[in-house]
Amino acid sequence: MNSFASKEGPGTIQIDSERTLYPYVTGTSVVAIKYKDGILMAADMGGSYGSTLRYKSVERIKPIGKHSLLGASGEISDFQEILRNLDELILYDNMWDDGNSLGPKEVYNYLNRMMYNRRNKFDPLWNSLILGGVKNGEKYLGTVSMIGVHYMDNHVATGFGNHLARPILRDEWREDLTFEEGVKLLEKCMLVLLYRDRSAINKFQVAKITEEGVTVSEPYSLKTFWGFSAFQNPTKGAEGSW
Amino acid sequence: MAKAAVDVPPKGGFSFDLCRRNEMLLQKGVQPPSFRKTGTTIVGLVFQDGVILGADTRATEGPIVCDKNCEKIHYMAPNIYCCGAGTAADTEAVTDMVSSQLQLHRYATGRESRVITALTLLKTHLFSYQGHVSAALVLGGVDVTGPHLHTIYPHGSTDTLPFATMGSGSLAAMAMFESKYREGLTRDEGIKLVCEAICSGIFNDLGSGSNVDVCVITKGHKEYLRNHQLPNPRTYVSSKGYSFVKGHTEVLSTKITLLKEKVEVVEADAMEE
Repeated sequence: MNSFASKEGPGTIQIDSERTLYPYVTGTSVVAIKYKDGILMAADMGGSYGSTLRYKSVERIKPIGKHSLLGASGEISDFQEILRNLDELILYDNMWDDGNSLGPKEVYNYLNRMMYNRRNKFDPLWNSLILGGVKNGEKYLGTVSMIGVHYMDNHVATGFGNHLARPILRDEWREDLTFEEGVKLLEKCMLVLLYRDRSAINKFQVAKITEEGVTVSEPYSLKTFWGFSAFQNPTKGAEGSW
Repeated sequence: MAKAAVDVPPKGGFSFDLCRRNEMLLQKGVQPPSFRKTGTTIVGLVFQDGVILGADTRATEGPIVCDKNCEKIHYMAPNIYCCGAGTAADTEAVTDMVSSQLQLHRYATGRESRVITALTLLKTHLFSYQGHVSAALVLGGVDVTGPHLHTIYPHGSTDTLPFATMGSGSLAAMAMFESKYREGLTRDEGIKLVCEAICSGIFNDLGSGSNVDVCVITKGHKEYLRNHQLPNPRTYVSSKGYSFVKGHTEVLSTKITLLKEKVEVVEADAMEE
């Protein structure tokens, strides 16, 4: 494709020179729910390089301004680029110094436009984002994918979380979850993801955002159970199988 | 047709003669005919006294639901049942075939069939077809050695597990199992968990839907609960019924053509030589 472009002359656009073709360092699922006082978001701290678990302390949930939390899965470098853009956005907004601040709705819209426009140029930011926040008592939770598909819901997830966590959330989410119940529900989802997603690691961060502000927890791990008696000698009756 | 290097008696086994031609057609861009697949969520779990199998009842042909209430839990032996996902023809044929083989084996040995017998027959058959027989199965039963639950993949590998899910809805069902399974479940708890897992598949996966079938197998006894749950009832049915009396449709014009005029009945003899 490069040779085709260069043949035409100085006026043509280089199609193939710089665009994301494949992701390299990736993060796996992020899961988020609305609860009584705001939003709870959980993600593990792994950055995989293909099939190697290269980085084990990647913070994939970051606060944006005073009112929002952004969680991302997919290419880590694109996530860092998004954070830089959002940083500039928040900074310029602060410079107006008019007592107003960008809320989750505004940031969500900005992200949506950014992702969709990049996709139209065939140069996507290879991420699935979750944006959650609270402003003036109103809770906001939405997701934007790398091609610009976006929607808001009471519980969202990216990547594998869509297949493994959303069924649990659809079954067990309620409008008035307390903080403890919400964390317990998220931990249930993250445990299933830990068992069944090959790129998940047992080191999580849970972030909370309420009207008061943002708290991102310290990394911690969940207790797993491997003690089923069927796992002790699985092929006792069926030699030759797994 | 390709000539074999060694003269093999043409008894059984897959004939690979047309594979090269099929590859060539695929490269030229010919679409192969689509199969009737059983989208599917199938699950199995081992409980206190035996094994419980569960399945949804939707069969799909591409984007269309072709059978709203099909049976995916197949009979293998009085004490062994098998759920099938993948191409419907493959799962039915393979389970029927092994079921017959098991019956012949029962006559020959005079004993109750064992689950590993069915397992070995299925896996050797599927392996010899190198994954072309697209049948992913959950096999469960109780025999003299106890309760057993196995999964069999289209290429012929098997797993022995306390709980298993297969099919397009397997992730949704596995999410339920992984979060709620314990050892030593009672019969009612087991059935409830299986129904939850299948319903999770029905409501969260597009390839699965309609109703829940459950099969409970214990020592010396089995219960096939067909349509144990119907979580997708037809919600709107007209209370007046659907009858279309004369006058419902406006008649614009009428033309009657008498058949008699067109037909000439000729007195003919019996067929002549």
